Order: sequence, then structure tokens, then C-alpha cells
Amino acid sequence: MEENKYEGLNLPNYNIPEDIQNVVSVTTIDRLYNWGRRWSVWPLMFGLACCAIEMIAAQTARYDMARFGMEVMRPTPRQADMMLVSGTVTKKMLPSIIRLYNQMPEPKYVVAMGACASSGGPFKEGYNVVAGIDKFLPVDVYIPGCPPTPQALIAGMMKLQEKIDKQSIKKVRWYEKGKVDSNYVPMPILGPDLIDVRRAEEIEAAAVKKEGA
Amino acid sequence: MTAPASTTTIDLVSRFPEFVTADTRPGFSGFIVKKENLVEVATALRDEFNFDLLSSVTGVDYIADNKMEVVYHLHRTTGGPGIVFKTQVDRVDPMEVPSLIDVWAGADFQEREAWDLLGIKFTGHPDLRRILLWEGYEGHPLRKDYQEAFFEEETKPFKSRWPEGHHTYAEFKNPFRDNIKLPENFKLDNYQPENEDQLYFSLEKSSMKHTSENQMGTDHMVVNMGPHHPSTHGVLRVAVELNGETITSLKPVMGYLHRNHDKIGERNTYLQIMPFTDRLDYFNSMANNFGYAVTVEKLMNIPVAERAEYIRVIMAELSRIQNHLIFIGMLINDLGSMYTPSLYAFEERELILDIFEAVSGARMMCNYFRFGGVVRDIPADAMQKIKDLVHDRLPAKTDEMERFLNENEVLVGRLKGVHVLNAEEAIRNSVTGPVLRAAGVPYDLRRADPYSVYDRFDFDVAVRYNGDMYDNYLIRFDEIRQSLRILEQALKQIPEGPINSQKPQYQVRVPAGEAYGRVESPKGELAFYVVSNGKPNPYRYHVRAPSFVNLTAVETMCKGTKIADFVALLAMLDIVMGEVDR
Repeated sequence: MEENKYEGLNLPNYNIPEDIQNVVSVTTIDRLYNWGRRWSVWPLMFGLACCAIEMIAAQTARYDMARFGMEVMRPTPRQADMMLVSGTVTKKMLPSIIRLYNQMPEPKYVVAMGACASSGGPFKEGYNVVAGIDKFLPVDVYIPGCPPTPQALIAGMMKLQEKIDKQSIKKVRWYEKGKVDSNYVPMPILGPDLIDVRRAEEIEAAAVKKEGA
Repeated sequence: MTAPASTTTIDLVSRFPEFVTADTRPGFSGFIVKKENLVEVATALRDEFNFDLLSSVTGVDYIADNKMEVVYHLHRTTGGPGIVFKTQVDRVDPMEVPSLIDVWAGADFQEREAWDLLGIKFTGHPDLRRILLWEGYEGHPLRKDYQEAFFEEETKPFKSRWPEGHHTYAEFKNPFRDNIKLPENFKLDNYQPENEDQLYFSLEKSSMKHTSENQMGTDHMVVNMGPHHPSTHGVLRVAVELNGETITSLKPVMGYLHRNHDKIGERNTYLQIMPFTDRLDYFNSMANNFGYAVTVEKLMNIPVAERAEYIRVIMAELSRIQNHLIFIGMLINDLGSMYTPSLYAFEERELILDIFEAVSGARMMCNYFRFGGVVRDIPADAMQKIKDLVHDRLPAKTDEMERFLNENEVLVGRLKGVHVLNAEEAIRNSVTGPVLRAAGVPYDLRRADPYSVYDRFDFDVAVRYNGDMYDNYLIRFDEIRQSLRILEQALKQIPEGPINSQKPQYQVRVPAGEAYGRVESPKGELAFYVVSNGKPNPYRYHVRAPSFVNLTAVETMCKGTKIADFVALLAMLDIVMGEVDR
């Protein structure tokens, strides 16, 4: 089957006799590496708002995310592979989220669950709302919905699995030589408003121009 | 049971002729008190007129009259209608109003919120810090002259969206290309962000005090729990001062999910707010819809279709059942029985959510109520599902859960006699809902001040008397049983007929005035304060969230108890951060 071609360990174009299929596989290092990772994505136990409730529901008996190896919620970022941003990201909360992200070891993935985490959603106009976590963190999968149903969440997780499948151990950023913490995000500052220090110069320039106008 | 007291008019004006006047603005009610005598009047209302429960404190910015108004809503825990009084102050900083924290301790967080969002300074408040935003934030967002970074127009629908439809990204209009707003000539180099000293200073400084003589002298330790913590039920943060394992002082820090509900509400039209209320207490969107619909109907003075009233009650009670089931699952989860009882609870919840999905189209965010009724009728098969659930499945499952859990040794050992809240302390702190009833006060709005058709049903107000966590746990089962009783009667009595007394409409006409509508949500008294000036958008829209106000009592409940029990206490208060922070 074309769509499931990554799921098994075996390479699809090798015909292994049926009686030894249980004990012999012909595969590549990449496939072995990704096969192990795709079935054990451990999410960070981290809920922000309404979406977190659907995230819990997806873990319960009816939907059972454990089928995908994703039931092991880790309360500490040091043991987590994936951050599921489940809910509205507020300015006050953002420094904590970024600190958690920086504490996660590579390989790490970010999934933006729901409208708020993807773009600010219905609360985008709010003065305390960050219009999407992708302004600060690199997002791998966006899941639409407000909140996404557990089925939608599982579909999003399967997309993440597909993404993992396509990575190669030779090229992934966390094994590149000489690069330390290539995904480190500097902490934003809670000043008169939220300040993204990566954009400090731009922001200062805009603040001056406003006076001249 | 507390029968609703007959409407008595309280003549505050003749009691205090010098400094109390009646509020005579059209559509408004209550009294206006001179701010110099506020504490005196409040004390009299509490002691002479027996208004022991401070329901809500909020502010309204009347920018055209150059006045800032503080609005207080009082009620009696014996039932009956409440009273509203206001005080006005010139709209010139500092807008100082005396704090009522000494009269009702429940004013604490609500006054801090009014300071944070409206900039009203409550003199005499011992800990007047920002509560939802952070120290150092520029401006008070609920003032009418405050414009957020993505400000487009005063009210919706924005002209760019409708009827023209030339909308663009909000980022393109903002000079910073982002949702931020900074003072002119802001320079990051010489900016020193405010640190959190004020929070830690507010913890009672018993630090250097050493314990009794025969114990080893130990230093106290400040621990921050949250905002990311597996058992804080969302993004609540708590700063705790510990002596060993014992809590000596504690301050909740919130606002990590402050989504500007009030400000967005004031920009929205009346109907546009309805889906936003879903996201307050995201377990019980039906209950939130109910509260908001009741309030605006009060303001519009329209009847509700008979069938819709019953549908509303059915939905609200189903919502209460699933909320309490989750509560029980999560409480036991926090006590260490990782996940098994929750899985049982979620199984039942899914069945109730199926019904919500069948009637409204969404599992959690139902957006189901409309002014004058509901948006759709219950489909026949969903009706049959409700009947099966109410008559067969839910009573059996409740029995099963009680049989497995109630006598459990660990559960009884962890809950019995821990975190006792007595009735007096609960009322003083404006605690409502199951937590208040577990402390022995039979105060349930469905009886105390009946709304909708609750006066037609035969049910008991669940009440327990010890006020400890075990009673709080048991009372949830009592309430599930009473809800099932109400549901049985409602399913029997529900008439045929239209589901809305009004024509479907996008824009409702709301006459000028104010309304304070309240319902018994599963967490407590959920109330909305809406001021209309006759325009299509509310002039002031405020949510009195039960979770938020119930948190006021946390500090008194926790002193002298162990930190491990605090985790259970948070579960027991049944807070939802969407409602705490709004």
C-alpha cells in the first residue's frame, strides 16, 4: 500500500519468504531509526486551554492514542520528544513555554493544536494573546479546529509520523557537526508589552518612527 | 429548604439620607453611595440587612460622563434577590476608592482585577498588585480609551469585513508588525523589566522565624508551583512558602490564560459573544451559554419558548453530570490513582458529549443557546439516547463508582478531615457552588433565586456539613443524583412547540440599562454583568467567574497544611483556568 509504505520495518521491494518474515528484515539504518522513533513519540504533559481537554480525551479509552505509541506523557521536558501546544498562547505564558521548549532535548517536534496555537484563533485581537506559537517556535504540524476533535488530533499525530519517516539520520539537524542547540530560542521579555528580542532592532526602529509620524 | 424570599425593597436612602441616592438612570437600579462612606454603608448592609455574600465587584468606565464607577452586587445566602450599589469617582488618576476587603474578604481578587484592568485604586487593600497581566504592563485595557495593538474599530462588525470584505492581516496595520504596543522611543538597552519581588514580598514574611524550641531551627523556603505543572489543572501558578512540608503562606498567580474575554466581548455584538462564553469554563459550555442568555434576556425583557426552557435545563444538567464525573476522576488522579477512575469518568462523559454533538454540532464548544430559546431542536434519536442515559446507564454507573471508591482506604485517608472550610469562612470569602454547600450552607441558585423553570422541579439541594475534602467529594455524587432527578422530571414534562420565542436574527435590539444574571454553574455562581447603551454592542460586559472567586479562599484553607494536600485541594476546588483568567 502506497500510503503505509513507511510503517513496517522491512523495505517494500524485498521479498522475504513467508516462513522467516518474523525473524528477518531487510532494511536501512534510516528506516530502523525512524521506525523506532515514529512509534514512541512521547508528548510533553502540557496543557494550556480548552484543547488540552480534547488532548486528554484522545488519551482515553475511546480514542486511545496509545495505539500510536504516544500515551507516555512526560511531565518533564527533559524526557519529552514532542510539545503539543494545546491552547491559546498568552503573552504572560510565552516565556514559560519557550523555557520548556529550550529544555527539551533533540530530536524535538512542535505541534500546534487548534486555531489559537496556530494563529491566535478567535482571541487573536486580544491584547494578551500571541497570534500563533509559530512566531516563536518552529512548528511541524498544525491541526485545525476549535478545539480539534480527538480524531483530528490523531490525524495530526499521524502526519507527524509521516514527517519523521522522511528524515534521514545523515541530514537531521541534531547530528550536524559543530552546531550546538541549533533550535535555541532566546527568551522574550515581559516589558510594557511582550518583546521578542530577536526583533529588537526592528521594534526599536518602529517605536522611534511613530514619534516622527 | 430555603424558599425564595419575597421581593423586598430595601430602603437604603432613608437609612443613609446624607450619602446614598437611588440610581435613577433609565434601566438602572440600586443605589449610588458616596465613596467616603462606602465602608460604613457596606458594613450596615452586611450586619443590618444580612447581605452576607459579596457576589461581584467590578468597574465600569463611563468616559463620556468622566466617571469611573465601581459596582457591587450583594446577596443573602438564605436566598432571594440581591442588591446592587455603586460608587463613582472622577476619571482622573489616581481613581481612589476605599477597599471593602475588611467587610467581605471575597473582594480581594475582584478588586485586584478592577485595579489591573480598569486602574481603580482600592485604598486599604493590603496587596493591590496586577492579577491578570504582569507588573510593568502599560495601561489598563478595559478603559474605554485603551486601544489594543490590533485595534481596528470600536465595535464589530468591522467595516473592512462587512459589507465590503476587504480584510487584511492585522499584522500589516501595526507599526511593529506584531501584536504589541510600546511607548514612544522605547529602547531595550535601558529598559529594566519589573521583577517579581512584589509577589514574594506579599507572602507573609515569617521566613526568619524558627520553629518551636525542641525542634531544629529551619529556614523557610519559597517554592513556585506552575504555571507548567502536571497537577495544577491548567496554567495556574502558586507561590508557596514552606516550613519543611507545611505551608506557611501561599499566593496564587494567574493570568497565564488571560484571553481578554471582557475586552473582546465589548467589541463584539451581543450574539457574537455567545461562542466566546463557550470557552470560559470549557467543560461546561452549555452552562456558560445559559448564564449569558439569561442575562441578556433580562435586559431585553423577552420570554423564552416553553420547550426551549426544558431543553436548556436538560443540557445544563447533563453538563453538570459530566463535569462532576470528570471532577471525581481528576481528584483521584491527583491523589495518585493515576488514570483508572478518570478513564471510567471519561467513558460516561463521551456519551454525554455525543448528545451535545447531536444537538449543537460540536462536542465541547456548543454555542447552542440563543436569546429567547435555543438554536435547534433535539433530534428524535438524541432524545432517545438522553432517556436511556438518564433512566438506565448513568444511575447504574454512579452507583458503581460510589461502590468502588467511597470506602477506599487511601481516598478516605487522604480526604477526611483535610482542608476544612467552615461555613462562616466560606461565605466571608464569597465561595459558592459545591464547595460552599459542602461547608453546610444550602445555597443553590436553582432554589435560592430560581431562574428558567427550575421552580417546577422537585429536587433537594445537596448539602454536607463537615466542609472537609471528603464531604466535597461526596457532595458531587449527591449533585449527580439530584441532577438525574431533575432530568427525569424534565424529560417527562417537556412540551412540544417552538424552540425560540423570537425570529432568528443576527442583530438583537437591546434597550439601554444594566442586568446582572446568574446561574448555578457546576463550579458555583456564574454571573454576567452587562451594561447596554442601546447600541448593538454591550457597553460593559463582565463575567463573574465562580472558579476565580473561589480561589480567594485558597490561602486561608491552606495555612498549616501539607504541600502534598494542596494538589488535592486544587482538584477539589474544581477550577478551570479558562474561567479563572478569562
